[in-house]
Amino acid sequence: MEFFKIRKDIPFMRHALVFNAISLITFLAAVFFLFSRGLHLSVEFTGGTLMEVSFAQPAPLEPMRERIAALGINDVQVQNFGSSRDVLIRMPAAKGSNSAELSNKVFGSLKEMDASAELRRTEFVGPQVGDELAIDGLKALACVVIGIMIYLAIRFEWKYAVAGIIANLHDVIIILGFFAYFQWEFSLPVLAAVLAVLGYSVNESVVIFDRVRENFRRFRKMNTVEIVDNAITSTISRTIITHGSTQLMVLSMLLFGGATLHYFALALTIGIMFGIYSSVFVAAAIAMWLGIRREDLIKPVKKDGPDEDPNDPNSGAVV
Amino acid sequence: MNRYALWKYLVILIAFCVGGLYTLPNFFGEAPAVQVSPARASAKVDTATLGKVEEALKAASLTPTLIGLENNSLKARFETTEQQLQAKDAMQQALNPDAANPAYVVALNLIPRTPTWLSALNAAPMYLGLDLRGGVHFMLQVDMQAALTKKLDSLSGDLRSALREKNLRHNGISREKETILMGFRDQATADAAQSLMRDQFPDLVSTLSPQGDEVKLSASLKPEAARRVQDQALKQNITTLHNRINELGVAEPVIQQQGLDRIVVQLPGVQDTAKAKDILGRTATLEIRMVEESSEARLAEVGSGAVPFGAEKYLDRNGQAVIVKKVVVLTGENLTDAQPGFDNQTQEAAVHLTLDAKGARIFKEVTRENVGKRMAILLFEKGKGEVVTSPVIRSEIGGGRVQISGRMTTVEAADTSLLLRAGSLAAPMEIIEERTIGPSLGAENIAKGFDSVTWGFVAVTAFMCLYYALFGVISSIALAVNLLLLVAVLSMLQATLTLPGMAAMALVLGMAIDANVLINERVREELRNGAAPQTAIHMGYDRAWSTILDSNVTTLIAGLALLAFGSGPVRGFAVVHCLGILTSMFSAVFFSRGLVNLWYGRQKRLQTVSIGTVWKPDATTQDVIAKAKAE
Repeated sequence: MEFFKIRKDIPFMRHALVFNAISLITFLAAVFFLFSRGLHLSVEFTGGTLMEVSFAQPAPLEPMRERIAALGINDVQVQNFGSSRDVLIRMPAAKGSNSAELSNKVFGSLKEMDASAELRRTEFVGPQVGDELAIDGLKALACVVIGIMIYLAIRFEWKYAVAGIIANLHDVIIILGFFAYFQWEFSLPVLAAVLAVLGYSVNESVVIFDRVRENFRRFRKMNTVEIVDNAITSTISRTIITHGSTQLMVLSMLLFGGATLHYFALALTIGIMFGIYSSVFVAAAIAMWLGIRREDLIKPVKKDGPDEDPNDPNSGAVV
Repeated sequence: MNRYALWKYLVILIAFCVGGLYTLPNFFGEAPAVQVSPARASAKVDTATLGKVEEALKAASLTPTLIGLENNSLKARFETTEQQLQAKDAMQQALNPDAANPAYVVALNLIPRTPTWLSALNAAPMYLGLDLRGGVHFMLQVDMQAALTKKLDSLSGDLRSALREKNLRHNGISREKETILMGFRDQATADAAQSLMRDQFPDLVSTLSPQGDEVKLSASLKPEAARRVQDQALKQNITTLHNRINELGVAEPVIQQQGLDRIVVQLPGVQDTAKAKDILGRTATLEIRMVEESSEARLAEVGSGAVPFGAEKYLDRNGQAVIVKKVVVLTGENLTDAQPGFDNQTQEAAVHLTLDAKGARIFKEVTRENVGKRMAILLFEKGKGEVVTSPVIRSEIGGGRVQISGRMTTVEAADTSLLLRAGSLAAPMEIIEERTIGPSLGAENIAKGFDSVTWGFVAVTAFMCLYYALFGVISSIALAVNLLLLVAVLSMLQATLTLPGMAAMALVLGMAIDANVLINERVREELRNGAAPQTAIHMGYDRAWSTILDSNVTTLIAGLALLAFGSGPVRGFAVVHCLGILTSMFSAVFFSRGLVNLWYGRQKRLQTVSIGTVWKPDATTQDVIAKAKAE
């Protein structure tokens, strides 16, 4: 089997401007939604109490809301979770109130309404922990970005590092944009997924950059645009197949992982889709525009011959 | 060129065997068991306990499938849950004849069904996290400020008695935030007080400053002493939590310090989460203070006057106001035991307290000096004080045995004594994070995680085998080995597996296949460019290696950052993620190459490689590539 029967190098870079414009528009839209709608942060970040209650038969939400409001707890969200028999209740963090009492009180009241109620899980996070988690998340993000940039700069060159990180950070922003637009719940596992995507989609750029470097060495007559086109073309089948395989796994999580893994898998799916796009069309183009050159990667080796000119395109070539 | 030295095959074989061996325990599942652990520091679980338990089980005609001692606890495994419940009752009766004062915690537990020969190799199944087995997780924050002010309050009490002993007269001792302030009439007394402080209170640093007609002496805790106080407060709170949890009867509680001022408590398998929260959430501290007896205080008590200086107003259980002095006579630190019981004469419900030596001495002194006056026992929960009782001191009480009685029901007495016995805390604590997972949800989570990994794995391997033929089969075997090694490493490290961890497992498998795709694509490319099969395999692996390394390092950077800054679910994800990347480097490159070498390496005149279709473009493109290569 072979999916990719490509005869000639595809001139990806001819359309680099268009690709980057699309990318920029998506990016700006994501930023816009992030600011206009904001992320729907989970209890872990905002602080508060979350309860998951399941009933033997489909449970009407309205009476539950009334019951909880009657307990004097405000700003409570009650919604179905997974099925009509499972209910998720979110309560904001209240100063000075005991979380144990709160969830016990609410559960007691629900049990009164329907004796089949079963408390599946509760989660309470104090506001101080929420802030910390948000800060730790940002620290982790910064750490990943800096770490990857340093690695790329050492392995390749700073231009590749910059291009790689811009392309992949833009993936991260787009994932966040999706979460903001659809108001999907942004929880800790989603954060983990986002950072994993960052590490994973840098892979993609690395593979292409690796090819670029190799091509610089092998094809001395080609110019940079041709080199990049060739690098992308010859890695595209691998790119698609790898991402396809990873996506199969993620799809399996999305289908079988249940509600807990739902948003985690969703974040990965978006990340993988945009990961392909950004590393193929964005990272390479930015690197190209930053002016990657053959000479930056191939350090002039000291030869035995006294007058080797490192800028001579034929230098070192053996015919 | 595609041959491995013998040692490389040996490495592969050994890794495979060790991996298989340590993965094995995960397949045996868990069996119902009863676990016995000491409820008090004085109680020991040893061979004598084992004998007792065996006898009790024999009497109840129950035979455990396995019984043994392990880390100061006894575990007995049974076939059915019915036997388990019967055994628990039998053991409870044999070990704790006095139900009100149990020496042992007898708890239901699930223990792995690992065969003994595997356990002998230290092979154990992965430890399942709370989200997979159900249970309660708490994170408590210790109020360190309160611990410090409490220490300063007790120090200022000690200072007062030390000054009195030396006959050094002062104009009052008070505490303002974190400094103790004292006024003296003249410089000489102040100097004497300061030198006394230097001798007897090494934890304090003091400065003298003349102020108007008096000399002010202000003292504060040395930084290292403050640190020690906080450290001790945390340790004491952990001990207290241990005691409280013992009352709950949990088989394997985890109580750990996290950071400087936090404690994490995990109670796996606890069904009655409400009770657990109730007992843990009770952050009670005990204080004994004198009741202010002045006439102003009497007025304040009935609500017709201001609370006098140096006193505070608290309510007792009936809502009656009691005005007590701010000076603390004793705190819960000096309490060693509290038991419910009855008053010898009136047969009223009572709580019997036992104090330690220091507490007994202070108590004796105070009661001798205050016969006929009232003493209040206060319980502080969540910063709110309540007067448990405020009896009149009838006579000097020595020996450190104190009885609290009056206006109490037997249930209240039992409750109060449990609360006091479980220990009062050195500093108040607050639950800042709580996670409760019902057991049914845990089981469901395991099934979901398992399904995700299985179906993802099946889909990926099916695709690989179809697309890359024999190389795909080899890649799939390598992927299976990766899973095997990952599970083996997690089992060896006894890392905690959580649902995000299982997600990481699935994700890592999806990412690990990347290395094999890279290799296979490279081999195909070499073949396309007209390389001989053996050369193509060699070049394919060789060229792909640097790319694989690069991409794995970047993924690992992300994983390590998550590990460093992640907490809770993120950490579980990160551990599996990082380990999975490391094992994938071994399986996808080293192991799969071994298989390829084994299959193809010996064939000198290899004509074709089974790697699926190697599609060659038409001649013109071929020419371009050939030309490019020549240059």
